Amino acid sequence: MTEPIVRYQNIQKSFGDVEVLKGIDLDIKPAEKVAVIGPSGSGKTTIIRLLMTLEEPTSGDIIVDGKNLWKMEKNGKMVQANEKHLSSVRSDIGMVFQHFNLFPHMTILENCMTALVNVKKIDKQEAKQRSAEMLEKVGLGEKLEMYPSQLSGGQKQRVAMARALVMRPKVMLFDEVTSALDPELVGEVLEVIRDIAKEGEMAMVLVTHEMDFALDIADKVLFLDNGVIAEQGTPQEVIANPENERLQNFLQRFNN
Amino acid sequence: MKKWSWDTFFDAFPMVVQGLGITAGLTVACFLFALIFGFFWTFMQRIPIKSVSWLIRWIMEFIRSTPPLVQLFFIYYAFPSVPVIGMTLSPFTCAILGLGIHFSTYIGEVYRSGIDGIDEGQWEAAKALNFSTRKKWSTIILPQAIPPTIPMLGNYLIIMFKEIPLASTIGVVGILQLAKNYGAQHFNYLEPLTIVALLFLVLSYPSAILIGKLEKKMNRRFDKKEPSGSKPIPEGKGA
Ligand SMILES: Nc1ncnc2c1ncn2[C@@H]1O[C@H](COP(=O)(O)OP(=O)(O)OP(=O)(O)O)[C@@H](O)[C@H]1O
Ligand SMILES: [Mg+2]
Repeated sequence: MTEPIVRYQNIQKSFGDVEVLKGIDLDIKPAEKVAVIGPSGSGKTTIIRLLMTLEEPTSGDIIVDGKNLWKMEKNGKMVQANEKHLSSVRSDIGMVFQHFNLFPHMTILENCMTALVNVKKIDKQEAKQRSAEMLEKVGLGEKLEMYPSQLSGGQKQRVAMARALVMRPKVMLFDEVTSALDPELVGEVLEVIRDIAKEGEMAMVLVTHEMDFALDIADKVLFLDNGVIAEQGTPQEVIANPENERLQNFLQRFNN
Repeated sequence: MKKWSWDTFFDAFPMVVQGLGITAGLTVACFLFALIFGFFWTFMQRIPIKSVSWLIRWIMEFIRSTPPLVQLFFIYYAFPSVPVIGMTLSPFTCAILGLGIHFSTYIGEVYRSGIDGIDEGQWEAAKALNFSTRKKWSTIILPQAIPPTIPMLGNYLIIMFKEIPLASTIGVVGILQLAKNYGAQHFNYLEPLTIVALLFLVLSYPSAILIGKLEKKMNRRFDKKEPSGSKPIPEGKGA
Protein backbone atom coordinates (compact mmCIF):
# COMPACT_ATOMS: atom_id res chain seq x y z
CA MET A 1 0.00 0.00 0.00
CA THR A 2 1.33 3.41 -0.94
CA GLU A 3 0.91 6.17 1.60
CA PRO A 4 -1.94 8.54 0.70
CA ILE A 5 -0.88 12.00 -0.44
CA VAL A 6 -4.01 13.43 1.20
CA ARG A 7 -6.01 11.99 4.06
CA TYR A 8 -9.23 13.44 5.48
CA GLN A 9 -9.91 12.16 8.99
CA ASN A 10 -13.43 12.65 10.28
CA ILE A 11 -13.68 16.11 8.76
CA GLN A 12 -16.63 18.11 9.91
CA LYS A 13 -17.50 21.61 8.74
CA SER A 14 -20.28 23.91 9.82
CA PHE A 15 -21.20 27.39 8.63
CA GLY A 16 -22.91 28.87 11.67
CA ASP A 17 -25.57 26.36 12.67
CA VAL A 18 -25.54 24.57 9.34
CA GLU A 19 -23.51 21.39 9.29
CA VAL A 20 -22.27 21.12 5.72
CA LEU A 21 -19.82 18.23 6.04
CA LYS A 22 -20.71 15.54 8.56
CA GLY A 23 -17.59 13.46 9.07
CA ILE A 24 -15.62 12.89 5.89
CA ASP A 25 -12.98 10.16 5.75
CA LEU A 26 -11.09 10.00 2.53
CA ASP A 27 -7.72 8.86 1.23
CA ILE A 28 -6.24 10.17 -1.99
CA LYS A 29 -3.25 8.27 -3.30
CA PRO A 30 -0.44 9.94 -5.22
CA ALA A 31 -1.43 10.27 -8.87
CA GLU A 32 -4.99 9.17 -8.11
CA LYS A 33 -7.78 10.90 -10.04
CA VAL A 34 -10.83 11.41 -7.87
CA ALA A 35 -14.12 12.70 -9.25
CA VAL A 36 -16.62 14.21 -6.82
CA ILE A 37 -20.25 14.23 -7.85
CA GLY A 38 -23.41 15.05 -5.98
CA PRO A 39 -26.41 17.37 -5.83
CA SER A 40 -26.09 21.12 -5.39
CA GLY A 41 -25.35 22.07 -1.79
CA SER A 42 -24.06 18.63 -0.86
CA GLY A 43 -20.65 20.07 0.12
CA LYS A 44 -18.49 19.26 -2.93
CA THR A 45 -16.92 22.71 -3.15
CA THR A 46 -16.44 22.85 0.60
CA ILE A 47 -14.44 19.60 0.57
CA ILE A 48 -11.84 20.95 -1.79
CA ARG A 49 -11.82 24.47 -0.34
CA LEU A 50 -10.78 22.94 2.99
CA LEU A 51 -7.77 21.38 1.32
CA MET A 52 -6.85 24.66 -0.41
CA THR A 53 -7.09 26.34 3.04
CA LEU A 54 -9.84 28.65 1.80
CA GLU A 55 -12.00 27.30 4.63
CA GLU A 56 -11.03 25.88 8.00
CA PRO A 57 -12.57 22.61 9.22
CA THR A 58 -14.70 22.75 12.34
CA SER A 59 -13.17 19.46 13.51
CA GLY A 60 -11.08 16.62 12.17
CA ASP A 61 -7.69 16.50 10.48
CA ILE A 62 -6.42 16.81 6.95
CA ILE A 63 -3.01 15.23 6.37
CA VAL A 64 -1.06 16.26 3.30
CA ASP A 65 2.02 14.20 2.48
CA GLY A 66 2.34 13.21 6.14
CA LYS A 67 1.91 16.74 7.49
CA ASN A 68 -1.16 17.89 9.39
CA LEU A 69 -2.54 20.82 7.39
CA TRP A 70 -4.41 22.77 10.03
CA LYS A 71 -2.34 21.84 13.10
CA MET A 72 1.31 22.01 13.97
CA GLU A 73 3.50 20.87 16.78
CA LYS A 74 4.69 23.42 19.27
CA ASN A 75 6.47 22.51 22.52
CA GLY A 76 5.25 18.94 22.16
CA LYS A 77 1.61 19.96 21.76
CA MET A 78 -0.56 20.19 18.65
CA VAL A 79 -1.72 23.78 18.18
CA GLN A 80 -3.53 25.67 15.46
CA ALA A 81 -1.31 26.11 12.40
CA ASN A 82 0.14 29.55 11.77
CA GLU A 83 0.46 31.11 8.32
CA LYS A 84 4.02 29.84 7.89
CA HIS A 85 2.98 26.26 8.47
CA LEU A 86 -0.09 26.60 6.25
CA SER A 87 2.01 28.08 3.51
CA SER A 88 4.54 25.24 3.62
CA VAL A 89 1.83 22.59 3.31
CA ARG A 90 -0.20 24.60 0.80
CA SER A 91 2.64 24.62 -1.70
CA ASP A 92 1.73 21.00 -2.53
CA ILE A 93 -1.80 21.99 -3.56
CA GLY A 94 -3.08 23.84 -6.62
CA MET A 95 -6.58 24.87 -7.59
CA VAL A 96 -8.57 25.84 -10.66
CA PHE A 97 -11.71 27.84 -10.00
CA GLN A 98 -15.11 27.82 -11.63
CA HIS A 99 -14.78 31.48 -12.59
CA PHE A 100 -11.07 31.37 -13.53
CA ASN A 101 -9.99 34.17 -11.18
CA LEU A 102 -7.22 35.29 -13.52
CA PHE A 103 -5.40 38.49 -12.62
CA PRO A 104 -6.89 41.02 -15.06
CA HIS A 105 -4.01 43.50 -14.78
CA MET A 106 -1.45 40.98 -16.03
CA THR A 107 -0.88 39.41 -19.42
CA ILE A 108 -1.48 35.71 -19.53
CA LEU A 109 2.28 35.10 -19.44
CA GLU A 110 2.52 37.28 -16.34
CA ASN A 111 -0.44 35.45 -14.83
CA CYS A 112 1.55 32.23 -15.06
CA MET A 113 4.87 33.72 -14.03
CA THR A 114 3.87 35.79 -11.07
CA ALA A 115 3.75 33.05 -8.45
CA LEU A 116 6.93 31.41 -9.73
CA VAL A 117 8.76 34.71 -9.33
CA ASN A 118 7.06 36.12 -6.25
CA VAL A 119 6.33 32.94 -4.30
CA LYS A 120 8.85 30.35 -5.45
CA LYS A 121 11.52 33.02 -6.01
CA ILE A 122 12.54 31.45 -9.28
CA ASP A 123 14.74 33.43 -11.63
CA LYS A 124 12.67 35.60 -13.95
CA GLN A 125 14.05 34.19 -17.18
CA GLU A 126 13.46 30.62 -16.11
CA ALA A 127 9.97 31.46 -14.84
CA LYS A 128 9.21 33.04 -18.18
CA GLN A 129 10.41 30.01 -20.07
CA ARG A 130 8.53 27.53 -17.88
CA SER A 131 5.35 29.60 -18.15
CA ALA A 132 5.60 29.95 -21.90
CA GLU A 133 6.08 26.19 -22.23
CA MET A 134 3.07 25.51 -20.05
CA LEU A 135 0.92 27.95 -22.01
CA GLU A 136 2.10 26.30 -25.21
CA LYS A 137 0.99 22.99 -23.77
CA VAL A 138 -2.55 24.23 -23.10
CA GLY A 139 -2.65 25.61 -26.65
CA LEU A 140 -2.11 29.29 -25.89
CA GLY A 141 1.50 29.71 -26.95
CA GLU A 142 0.47 32.38 -29.45
CA LYS A 143 -1.27 34.61 -26.95
CA LEU A 144 1.34 35.23 -24.27
CA GLU A 145 1.09 39.01 -24.40
CA MET A 146 -2.70 39.18 -24.34
CA TYR A 147 -4.77 40.20 -21.35
CA PRO A 148 -7.41 37.89 -19.88
CA SER A 149 -10.19 40.21 -21.06
CA GLN A 150 -9.19 39.50 -24.65
CA LEU A 151 -9.73 35.74 -24.31
CA SER A 152 -12.76 33.46 -24.53
CA GLY A 153 -13.95 31.65 -21.42
CA GLY A 154 -12.35 28.40 -22.54
CA GLN A 155 -9.05 30.12 -23.17
CA LYS A 156 -9.22 31.84 -19.78
CA GLN A 157 -9.79 28.54 -18.07
CA ARG A 158 -6.82 27.02 -19.88
CA VAL A 159 -4.64 29.92 -18.68
CA ALA A 160 -5.91 29.29 -15.16
CA MET A 161 -4.86 25.66 -15.50
CA ALA A 162 -1.42 26.59 -16.81
CA ARG A 163 -1.04 29.05 -13.93
CA ALA A 164 -1.75 26.30 -11.39
CA LEU A 165 0.24 23.59 -13.19
CA VAL A 166 3.40 25.62 -13.56
CA MET A 167 3.70 25.54 -9.76
CA ARG A 168 4.00 21.74 -9.96
CA PRO A 169 1.62 20.86 -7.14
CA LYS A 170 1.25 17.28 -5.95
CA VAL A 171 -2.52 17.63 -5.82
CA MET A 172 -4.68 19.68 -8.18
CA LEU A 173 -8.22 20.68 -7.34
CA PHE A 174 -10.81 21.47 -10.00
CA ASP A 175 -14.11 22.99 -8.92
CA GLU A 176 -16.63 22.64 -11.75
CA VAL A 177 -14.16 24.27 -14.08
CA THR A 178 -16.41 23.97 -17.13
CA SER A 179 -19.73 25.03 -15.66
CA ALA A 180 -19.23 28.76 -16.34
CA LEU A 181 -18.39 28.11 -19.99
CA ASP A 182 -20.45 28.26 -23.15
CA PRO A 183 -21.29 24.65 -24.08
CA GLU A 184 -19.15 24.76 -27.22
CA LEU A 185 -16.08 25.72 -25.15
CA VAL A 186 -16.37 22.89 -22.63
CA GLY A 187 -14.64 20.35 -24.88
CA GLU A 188 -11.35 22.21 -25.24
CA VAL A 189 -11.01 22.54 -21.46
CA LEU A 190 -11.84 18.89 -20.77
CA GLU A 191 -9.31 17.95 -23.42
CA VAL A 192 -6.55 19.75 -21.53
CA ILE A 193 -7.56 18.13 -18.23
CA ARG A 194 -7.52 14.75 -19.92
CA ASP A 195 -3.99 15.39 -21.19
CA ILE A 196 -2.82 16.39 -17.72
CA ALA A 197 -4.48 13.34 -16.22
CA LYS A 198 -2.73 11.03 -18.70
CA GLU A 199 0.67 12.39 -17.73
CA GLY A 200 0.02 10.75 -14.44
CA GLU A 201 2.21 11.86 -11.59
CA MET A 202 -0.14 14.44 -10.07
CA ALA A 203 -3.19 13.57 -7.94
CA MET A 204 -6.37 15.30 -9.08
CA VAL A 205 -9.69 15.98 -7.39
CA LEU A 206 -12.39 17.05 -9.81
CA VAL A 207 -15.78 18.32 -8.75
CA THR A 208 -17.78 17.85 -11.91
CA HIS A 209 -21.15 17.40 -13.51
CA GLU A 210 -19.60 15.85 -16.61
CA MET A 211 -20.43 12.20 -15.95
CA ASP A 212 -18.94 10.84 -19.17
CA PHE A 213 -15.76 12.67 -18.42
CA ALA A 214 -15.62 11.32 -14.85
CA LEU A 215 -16.26 7.84 -16.17
CA ASP A 216 -13.42 8.29 -18.59
CA ILE A 217 -10.60 9.69 -16.46
CA ALA A 218 -11.38 8.98 -12.80
CA ASP A 219 -9.84 6.16 -10.77
CA LYS A 220 -12.36 6.74 -8.03
CA VAL A 221 -15.72 8.48 -7.86
CA LEU A 222 -17.29 9.89 -4.71
CA PHE A 223 -20.99 10.54 -4.50
CA LEU A 224 -21.52 13.24 -1.93
CA ASP A 225 -24.97 13.63 -0.50
CA ASN A 226 -26.00 15.80 2.41
CA GLY A 227 -22.47 16.25 3.71
CA VAL A 228 -21.47 12.58 3.73
CA ILE A 229 -19.79 10.34 1.19
CA ALA A 230 -22.83 8.28 0.36
CA GLU A 231 -21.10 6.09 -2.19
CA GLN A 232 -17.59 5.57 -3.47
CA GLY A 233 -15.87 3.23 -5.85
CA THR A 234 -14.61 2.90 -9.37
CA PRO A 235 -16.43 4.91 -12.03
CA GLN A 236 -17.84 1.62 -13.27
CA GLU A 237 -19.38 0.89 -9.88
CA VAL A 238 -20.60 4.38 -9.06
CA ILE A 239 -21.61 5.87 -12.39
CA ALA A 240 -22.21 2.94 -14.71
CA ASN A 241 -23.85 0.52 -12.25
CA PRO A 242 -25.15 2.54 -9.29
CA GLU A 243 -26.88 0.65 -6.50
CA ASN A 244 -27.74 3.47 -4.14
CA GLU A 245 -31.22 4.75 -4.93
CA ARG A 246 -30.49 8.44 -4.38
CA LEU A 247 -27.47 8.08 -6.61
CA GLN A 248 -29.62 6.48 -9.31
CA ASN A 249 -32.05 9.40 -9.08
CA PHE A 250 -29.21 11.87 -9.19
CA LEU A 251 -27.65 10.26 -12.26
CA GLN A 252 -31.01 10.04 -14.01
CA ARG A 253 -30.84 13.80 -14.57
CA PHE A 254 -27.69 13.49 -16.66
CA ASN A 255 -28.94 10.75 -18.92
CA ASN A 256 -30.80 12.94 -21.36
CA MET B 1 -12.88 103.68 -8.76
CA LYS B 2 -9.41 102.47 -9.46
CA LYS B 3 -8.61 101.24 -12.97
CA TRP B 4 -6.77 98.05 -13.92
CA SER B 5 -3.07 98.80 -14.44
CA TRP B 6 -0.79 96.55 -16.43
CA ASP B 7 2.18 98.40 -14.90
CA THR B 8 1.12 97.28 -11.45
CA PHE B 9 0.45 93.82 -12.79
CA PHE B 10 3.99 93.43 -14.16
CA ASP B 11 5.46 95.09 -11.11
CA ALA B 12 3.70 92.71 -8.74
CA PHE B 13 4.19 89.61 -10.85
CA PRO B 14 7.85 88.79 -10.03
CA MET B 15 7.24 89.27 -6.37
CA VAL B 16 4.12 87.11 -6.18
CA VAL B 17 5.67 84.38 -8.32
CA GLN B 18 8.48 84.04 -5.79
CA GLY B 19 5.95 82.33 -3.53
CA LEU B 20 5.11 79.74 -6.13
CA GLY B 21 7.85 77.38 -5.03
CA ILE B 22 6.48 77.40 -1.50
CA THR B 23 2.87 76.97 -2.59
CA ALA B 24 3.64 74.20 -5.07
CA GLY B 25 6.13 72.54 -2.73
CA LEU B 26 3.63 72.57 0.08
CA THR B 27 0.98 71.07 -2.18
CA VAL B 28 3.25 68.25 -3.24
CA ALA B 29 4.42 67.62 0.30
CA CYS B 30 0.89 67.62 1.71
CA PHE B 31 -0.35 65.34 -1.01
CA LEU B 32 2.48 62.85 -0.64
CA PHE B 33 1.92 62.85 3.08
CA ALA B 34 -1.80 62.25 2.56
CA LEU B 35 -1.15 59.48 0.01
CA ILE B 36 1.15 57.64 2.40
CA PHE B 37 -0.82 58.31 5.55
CA GLY B 38 -4.01 57.26 3.74
CA PHE B 39 -2.63 53.71 3.72
CA PHE B 40 -2.30 53.93 7.48
CA TRP B 41 -6.05 54.52 7.86
CA THR B 42 -6.91 51.86 5.31
CA PHE B 43 -4.83 49.18 6.99
CA MET B 44 -5.86 50.18 10.50
CA GLN B 45 -9.49 49.85 9.44
CA ARG B 46 -8.79 46.32 8.24
CA ILE B 47 -7.54 45.13 11.63
CA PRO B 48 -10.06 42.42 12.45
CA ILE B 49 -10.65 43.63 15.98
CA LYS B 50 -14.01 45.36 16.29
CA SER B 51 -12.96 47.96 18.85
CA VAL B 52 -9.87 49.00 16.85
CA SER B 53 -11.64 49.45 13.53
CA TRP B 54 -14.48 51.25 15.30
CA LEU B 55 -12.04 53.62 17.00
CA ILE B 56 -10.26 54.30 13.72
CA ARG B 57 -13.54 55.02 11.95
CA TRP B 58 -14.48 57.42 14.70
CA ILE B 59 -11.14 59.28 14.56
CA MET B 60 -11.39 59.59 10.78
CA GLU B 61 -14.93 60.91 11.06
CA PHE B 62 -13.80 63.42 13.66
CA ILE B 63 -10.93 64.69 11.49
CA ARG B 64 -13.16 65.00 8.45
CA SER B 65 -15.90 66.83 10.29
CA THR B 66 -13.58 69.47 11.69
CA PRO B 67 -12.51 72.43 9.51
CA PRO B 68 -8.91 72.12 8.29
CA LEU B 69 -8.28 75.66 9.50
CA VAL B 70 -9.09 74.63 13.07
CA GLN B 71 -6.74 71.67 12.77
CA LEU B 72 -4.02 73.92 11.40
CA PHE B 73 -4.42 76.34 14.29
CA PHE B 74 -4.43 73.47 16.75
CA ILE B 75 -1.17 72.03 15.46
CA TYR B 76 0.50 75.45 15.25
CA TYR B 77 -0.74 77.12 18.41
CA ALA B 78 -1.95 74.38 20.75
CA PHE B 79 0.18 71.32 19.96
CA PRO B 80 3.39 72.75 21.50
CA SER B 81 1.69 72.85 24.90
CA VAL B 82 0.32 69.31 24.72
CA PRO B 83 2.01 67.26 27.49
CA VAL B 84 4.67 64.69 26.59
CA ILE B 85 4.39 64.70 22.77
CA GLY B 86 3.97 68.44 22.29
CA MET B 87 6.66 70.39 20.42
CA THR B 88 7.02 73.53 18.38
CA LEU B 89 7.07 72.96 14.65
CA SER B 90 7.82 75.29 11.77
CA PRO B 91 4.79 76.73 9.93
CA PHE B 92 5.65 74.69 6.86
CA THR B 93 5.77 71.41 8.84
CA CYS B 94 2.54 72.31 10.61
CA ALA B 95 0.86 72.91 7.27
CA ILE B 96 2.03 69.53 5.94
CA LEU B 97 0.77 67.77 9.05
CA GLY B 98 -2.48 69.70 9.30
CA LEU B 99 -3.61 69.54 5.70
CA GLY B 100 -1.90 66.19 5.08
CA ILE B 101 -3.70 64.47 7.94
CA HIS B 102 -6.99 66.10 7.05
CA PHE B 103 -6.88 64.92 3.46
CA SER B 104 -5.38 61.53 4.32
CA THR B 105 -8.72 60.58 5.86
CA TYR B 106 -10.43 61.17 2.52
CA ILE B 107 -7.68 59.37 0.67
CA GLY B 108 -7.91 56.43 3.06
CA GLU B 109 -11.58 56.14 2.10
CA VAL B 110 -10.65 56.25 -1.58
CA TYR B 111 -8.18 53.39 -1.11
CA ARG B 112 -10.78 51.45 0.82
CA SER B 113 -13.32 51.81 -1.98
CA GLY B 114 -10.69 50.59 -4.43
CA ILE B 115 -9.87 47.55 -2.30
CA ASP B 116 -13.55 46.76 -1.75
CA GLY B 117 -13.93 46.71 -5.51
CA ILE B 118 -11.60 43.73 -5.81
CA ASP B 119 -13.40 40.49 -6.40
CA GLU B 120 -13.23 37.81 -3.70
CA GLY B 121 -11.89 35.43 -6.36
CA GLN B 122 -8.68 37.47 -6.62
CA TRP B 123 -7.91 36.95 -2.93
CA GLU B 124 -8.64 33.25 -3.27
CA ALA B 125 -6.45 32.88 -6.35
CA ALA B 126 -3.63 34.64 -4.51
CA LYS B 127 -4.02 32.24 -1.63
CA ALA B 128 -4.19 29.19 -3.88
CA LEU B 129 -0.89 30.30 -5.42
CA ASN B 130 0.53 30.60 -1.91
CA PHE B 131 1.29 34.33 -2.00
CA SER B 132 2.59 35.86 1.22
CA THR B 133 0.54 38.68 2.67
CA ARG B 134 3.06 41.27 1.53
CA LYS B 135 3.37 39.94 -2.01
CA LYS B 136 -0.38 39.53 -2.29
CA TRP B 137 -0.90 43.21 -1.53
CA SER B 138 1.95 44.47 -3.67
CA THR B 139 1.42 42.36 -6.79
CA ILE B 140 -2.26 41.36 -6.81
CA ILE B 141 -4.45 43.66 -4.74
CA LEU B 142 -2.99 47.18 -4.87
CA PRO B 143 -2.11 47.17 -8.59
CA GLN B 144 -5.79 46.51 -9.25
CA ALA B 145 -7.24 48.62 -6.46
CA ILE B 146 -5.29 51.82 -7.04
CA PRO B 147 -5.64 52.63 -10.78
CA PRO B 148 -9.43 52.98 -10.68
CA THR B 149 -9.06 55.47 -7.83
CA ILE B 150 -6.66 57.77 -9.69
CA PRO B 151 -9.36 60.18 -10.89
CA MET B 152 -10.65 60.45 -7.32
CA LEU B 153 -7.13 60.96 -5.97
CA GLY B 154 -6.56 63.60 -8.64
CA ASN B 155 -9.69 65.41 -7.59
CA TYR B 156 -8.47 65.49 -4.03
CA LEU B 157 -5.13 66.85 -5.21
CA ILE B 158 -6.87 69.76 -6.89
CA ILE B 159 -9.21 70.33 -3.96
CA MET B 160 -6.23 70.27 -1.63
CA PHE B 161 -4.26 72.64 -3.84
CA LYS B 162 -7.04 75.15 -3.44
CA GLU B 163 -6.93 74.79 0.35
CA ILE B 164 -3.18 75.45 0.47
CA PRO B 165 -3.60 79.25 1.01
CA LEU B 166 -4.98 78.35 4.45
CA ALA B 167 -1.34 77.84 5.37
CA SER B 168 -0.79 81.57 5.09
CA THR B 169 -2.83 81.97 8.30
CA ILE B 170 -0.01 80.36 10.28
CA GLY B 171 2.69 82.23 8.41
CA VAL B 172 3.64 80.11 5.42
CA VAL B 173 4.63 82.68 2.81
CA GLY B 174 3.12 81.40 -0.41
CA ILE B 175 1.75 83.35 -3.34
CA LEU B 176 -1.30 84.56 -1.46
CA GLN B 177 0.72 85.95 1.41
CA LEU B 178 3.12 87.70 -1.00
CA ALA B 179 0.20 89.19 -2.94
CA LYS B 180 -1.25 90.48 0.30
CA ASN B 181 2.12 91.95 1.29
CA TYR B 182 2.39 93.66 -2.08
CA GLY B 183 -1.14 94.98 -1.72
CA ALA B 184 -0.43 96.37 1.70
CA GLN B 185 2.75 98.10 0.52
CA HIS B 186 1.22 99.66 -2.58
CA PHE B 187 -2.42 100.01 -1.48
CA ASN B 188 -3.26 97.95 -4.50
CA TYR B 189 -4.82 94.52 -4.14
CA LEU B 190 -6.54 94.08 -7.50
CA GLU B 191 -3.54 93.08 -9.64
CA PRO B 192 -1.62 90.94 -7.14
CA LEU B 193 -4.72 88.98 -6.15
CA THR B 194 -5.63 88.54 -9.82
CA ILE B 195 -2.16 87.11 -10.32
CA VAL B 196 -2.80 84.64 -7.48
CA ALA B 197 -6.08 83.54 -9.08
CA LEU B 198 -4.40 83.17 -12.47
CA LEU B 199 -1.57 81.10 -11.04
CA PHE B 200 -4.03 78.76 -9.38
CA LEU B 201 -5.94 78.42 -12.63
CA VAL B 202 -2.80 77.86 -14.68
CA LEU B 203 -1.68 75.12 -12.32
CA SER B 204 -4.90 73.30 -11.55
CA TYR B 205 -6.37 73.22 -15.04
CA PRO B 206 -3.50 71.34 -16.70
CA SER B 207 -3.35 69.08 -13.65
CA ALA B 208 -6.96 68.14 -14.27
CA ILE B 209 -6.16 67.33 -17.90
CA LEU B 210 -3.09 65.35 -16.89
CA ILE B 211 -5.13 63.32 -14.43
CA GLY B 212 -7.68 62.57 -17.12
CA LYS B 213 -4.89 61.31 -19.40
CA LEU B 214 -3.45 59.17 -16.64
CA GLU B 215 -6.86 57.68 -15.98
CA LYS B 216 -7.23 56.68 -19.63
CA LYS B 217 -3.79 55.14 -19.67
CA MET B 218 -4.49 53.11 -16.54
CA ASN B 219 -7.80 51.91 -17.90
CA ARG B 220 -6.22 50.75 -21.11
CA ARG B 221 -3.99 48.36 -19.21
CA PHE B 222 -6.93 46.08 -18.64
CA ASP B 223 -10.59 46.09 -19.40
CA LYS B 224 -12.25 47.09 -16.16
CA LYS B 225 -15.71 46.07 -17.27
CA GLU B 226 -14.62 42.46 -17.55
CA PRO B 227 -15.61 40.52 -14.43
CA SER B 228 -12.36 39.28 -13.02
CA GLY B 229 -13.61 36.60 -10.76
CA SER B 230 -16.57 34.76 -9.42
CA LYS B 231 -19.32 36.92 -10.83
CA PRO B 232 -21.43 34.55 -12.86
CA ILE B 233 -21.21 34.81 -16.59
CA PRO B 234 -24.72 35.54 -17.89
CA GLU B 235 -25.13 33.08 -20.68
CA GLY B 236 -23.73 29.67 -21.43
CA LYS B 237 -24.22 27.69 -18.25
CA GLY B 238 -22.74 24.48 -19.60
CA ALA B 239 -24.43 21.47 -18.05
N1 LIG C 1 -19.10 30.66 3.19
C1 LIG C 1 -20.27 30.05 3.44
N2 LIG C 1 -21.10 30.54 4.38
C2 LIG C 1 -22.27 29.93 4.66
N3 LIG C 1 -22.72 28.83 4.05
C3 LIG C 1 -21.95 28.30 3.09
C4 LIG C 1 -20.69 28.88 2.73
N4 LIG C 1 -20.13 28.12 1.76
C5 LIG C 1 -21.01 27.13 1.50
N5 LIG C 1 -22.09 27.23 2.30
C6 LIG C 1 -23.23 26.30 2.34
O1 LIG C 1 -22.72 25.00 2.44
C7 LIG C 1 -23.46 24.09 1.66
C8 LIG C 1 -22.54 23.32 0.75
O2 LIG C 1 -21.95 24.21 -0.14
P1 LIG C 1 -20.99 23.75 -1.30
O3 LIG C 1 -20.65 24.99 -2.05
O4 LIG C 1 -19.89 22.96 -0.75
O5 LIG C 1 -21.96 22.83 -2.16
P2 LIG C 1 -21.70 22.20 -3.59
O6 LIG C 1 -21.90 20.74 -3.43
O7 LIG C 1 -20.40 22.66 -4.14
O8 LIG C 1 -22.90 22.80 -4.43
P3 LIG C 1 -22.94 23.28 -5.97
O9 LIG C 1 -23.09 22.04 -6.80
O10 LIG C 1 -24.17 24.13 -6.02
O11 LIG C 1 -21.69 24.03 -6.24
C9 LIG C 1 -24.49 24.92 0.92
O12 LIG C 1 -25.73 24.78 1.58
C10 LIG C 1 -23.99 26.31 1.04
O13 LIG C 1 -25.06 27.23 1.09
MG1 LIG D 1 -19.82 23.91 -5.73
